[in-house]
Amino acid sequence: MKRVFQFSGAAMLAAAYVIAPAASAQRSSAAPATSVSTVGATLIRNATVLTVTKGTMQNTDILLQNGKIAQIGKNLPAPAGATIVDATGKFVMPGIIDPHSHMMSDAINEGSLSVTSMVRIDDVLNPTAVNIYRALAGGVTSINILHGSANTIGGQNATVKLKFGKDVNEMMFPGAPPGIKFALGENVTRKNQNSINIPGQPAVAKRYPTSRMGQEEVLRDAFTRARDYKASWDDYKVRVAKNEKGLLAPRRDLELEPLVEVLEGKRLVHAHSYRADEMLMLLNLADDFGFKIKTLQHGLEGYKIASEIAKHGAGLSTFADSWSYKLEAYDAIPYNVAILMRHGVVATINSDSDERVRRLNIDAAKLMKYGGLTEEEALKTITYNGAIQLGVEKRVGSIEVGKDADIAIWSAHPLSVYANVDKTFIDGELFFDRQKDLAQRDAKMKERADLEKAEPNQAPRAVPARGVITPLPEMQP
Amino acid sequence: MMSRAFTLCAPLCVALLVATAPDASAQLGSYNPPPGARGTYAIKGARIVPVSGAEIASGTVVIVDGKIQSLGVNATVPVGANVIDGKGLVVYPGMMDAGTSLGLSEVSQGAAATVDVSETGSFNPNAQAFFGINPHSAHVGVTRVVGITHVLSRPTGGIMSGQAAIMNLAGSTAPEMVVVQRAALVIELPRSGFGGRGFGFAPTTGGANTQDVNRTRQRQLDSLRTMLKDAEAYAQVMDAYAKDKTLPRPKQDVVLASMVPFIRGLSPVLLIADRTTDIREAVAFAEEMKLKPIVVGGREAWQIAAYLKQHDVPVLLSSVMDLPSREDDNYDVNYSAPGILAKAGVRFAITSGDAGAEARNLPYTAGMAAAFGLSKDDALKSVTLWPAQILGVGDKLGTIEAGKMANLVITDGDVLEAKTNTKFLFIDGRPVPLDTKHTALFEQFKDRK
Repeated sequence: MKRVFQFSGAAMLAAAYVIAPAASAQRSSAAPATSVSTVGATLIRNATVLTVTKGTMQNTDILLQNGKIAQIGKNLPAPAGATIVDATGKFVMPGIIDPHSHMMSDAINEGSLSVTSMVRIDDVLNPTAVNIYRALAGGVTSINILHGSANTIGGQNATVKLKFGKDVNEMMFPGAPPGIKFALGENVTRKNQNSINIPGQPAVAKRYPTSRMGQEEVLRDAFTRARDYKASWDDYKVRVAKNEKGLLAPRRDLELEPLVEVLEGKRLVHAHSYRADEMLMLLNLADDFGFKIKTLQHGLEGYKIASEIAKHGAGLSTFADSWSYKLEAYDAIPYNVAILMRHGVVATINSDSDERVRRLNIDAAKLMKYGGLTEEEALKTITYNGAIQLGVEKRVGSIEVGKDADIAIWSAHPLSVYANVDKTFIDGELFFDRQKDLAQRDAKMKERADLEKAEPNQAPRAVPARGVITPLPEMQP
Repeated sequence: MMSRAFTLCAPLCVALLVATAPDASAQLGSYNPPPGARGTYAIKGARIVPVSGAEIASGTVVIVDGKIQSLGVNATVPVGANVIDGKGLVVYPGMMDAGTSLGLSEVSQGAAATVDVSETGSFNPNAQAFFGINPHSAHVGVTRVVGITHVLSRPTGGIMSGQAAIMNLAGSTAPEMVVVQRAALVIELPRSGFGGRGFGFAPTTGGANTQDVNRTRQRQLDSLRTMLKDAEAYAQVMDAYAKDKTLPRPKQDVVLASMVPFIRGLSPVLLIADRTTDIREAVAFAEEMKLKPIVVGGREAWQIAAYLKQHDVPVLLSSVMDLPSREDDNYDVNYSAPGILAKAGVRFAITSGDAGAEARNLPYTAGMAAAFGLSKDDALKSVTLWPAQILGVGDKLGTIEAGKMANLVITDGDVLEAKTNTKFLFIDGRPVPLDTKHTALFEQFKDRK
């Protein structure tokens, strides 16, 4: 009983939750992890299955085996040793995908320069962040962890499966294409930071660019340099192929390498943007350089240029109904997604928040009211469309045989505010179970009470014998 | 039947009924079309959820001159009434968000000129939200169309933030909107200890160590006590002078005068407190000063539900959607708090806790509580009847009963569900068009090629 109880410590949590987090080894390289499932099979019986891509199936069984959705059908035979889950009266949907998150990030912005394409979010991820568990309890299985929006070209993102308790390497989404964050508008120009004095925080210094004019120029300059850099390597490779002697390889440039990958279509661009004019600028600039914007992030005024976004082929990931918190959000409308989808844009709802990520199902339901999406379209905005935007639609985002067994079982239709999550599986493994969580609350309370009573947690006066902490003398008012 | 029939293409039809003279003088434009005239209206053949009693599967609600005249299966439709065909629709009492600053802050970052939510200094009992609320705020329109017909809008900041107003969300001027101008005095009691609420914007007692913090806090509490006692003394002097004009005429003081209804317990005091220690301190302070307390925030109120029940202190809960504040809290600690309070018999209301733009999430917040232990009936009460009762307007608002103000929302489904559409809206007995800044932009851009 000598453990020191700390409110901010993760130790308590590790003891308390279903899955104890493993040691938080930092991810040391960008090599994608492979996931080989060793968990047993699970047969979910008699559920209403919202496949998202192939309609709704009543009284249906789903077999999760070897980390995949192995079978979908009526009265499936249970393999030997399979765990049976009775889902009568319950709903199964694909795990929710959040295309815009900063969860697990020990750092979000490297905002000192206007181009920080060399930095990587996957170097700073904390796999023990408790908000992972809370998101699992909202039926979320994959998230896109982005660099912040402090600069025009930000750092590289990480696509993560929320395997709470695993090593961070095992949480990396296997085979997900790499991406990068761009940002436009007020956060980059720092117009708001200049006028708000947040106590305890230093004022934010000016940094080029301070206008939307400068943002275009930063992008054009960076991609011009990237194109030259690529040309120098292309030229070098041609000469190597010709067996030319005495060649000197170009100097590696960690800033420009990721931008070359963008030019080559190997790295997805996720661009924070609000106003229609800045989005259009970016799409046109990308067309000039011959690359694609994979997603406009936030894109609150996307509806004003839905045709142009559709023509470029960009996706758009936005809030359901957040608006008015700053000027560039004042023309945001909750009909944004509906207008975009009707114009053929792949649109999603994201959270950008460890709080909102827990209830993306309700955000999706709002789209049925704001613009008349069907149930399936609404569900797509938090599942399949997100998978497309992250380049992993062959793996996740719908309930189909052969896809990763990333699913959640809900107590009621997930588009109802009255629904909650019963179980969440990733790669066929159970990562959240409400019944287990409820069952161990008494034990958790007892452990907490015991720890609070423990000697090291008593007030200093109560343990004078230890003599470590001397109380300060009472000061006169 | 002399009545004019409405069809189900509701919003436009109601809009036609309404006077369309735009009020173009507002600061940021006005996106809130004014409500139509008071008159005689009947919603026929709808499911009625009165909240005060059992549901009526199919009945009629009659509105006359701003008030609900009658309701029931056989309610008589007056001659000349405007009749709404309520077939397939549901009539609910309008919801109330009792935890917002709606109308006081339009664009919180980067447009300081649109933010009127706080006064400078620590003690502003005479700052009235009523005078800062912009009737033309785009937040008004988008909030009411989900069925939130009235709000308690309050100032924030300092220690005595000012006075909150109960406002209907319809009307071109604040006097047209007001239900209770000086509904409650807002006090943000200094917190005990470090940490807690917010990101450093809430009043902080600062200081380098615990002793420092406690000393600052005691000084602030003493200042607060002194002000309240001064107001009491002022009220006594004024009373004495009113009875006996031969006494020396006392000097008027608008600050002290503004506190009189609150120190005498005639109107409630909102005490902002989230943690158990702060809630207990708030209740003790209110009892010491003989105030009529309402706890606002109340994140940990569930932990001391028996205490709150015993002291009969109601809570305006604003934390249902908050992340748990401690790592080892249950993941659903805030979702399930309303259910625990209800079981313990504590009077409470669920509020949005949002400054204004996102107050429209109130119904789904109540719905979330119902997913985690609160009954669906209580979830509805927690955003209709209960806030009205807690704020002393339960006789006017919160249910569908004869004689009450006709604040009604007519929907195509459960009003707490996010997918539900509002078909008709009445505020103060006036039909409200469902056009908003958001529908205007939708219409402008939805078919752009």
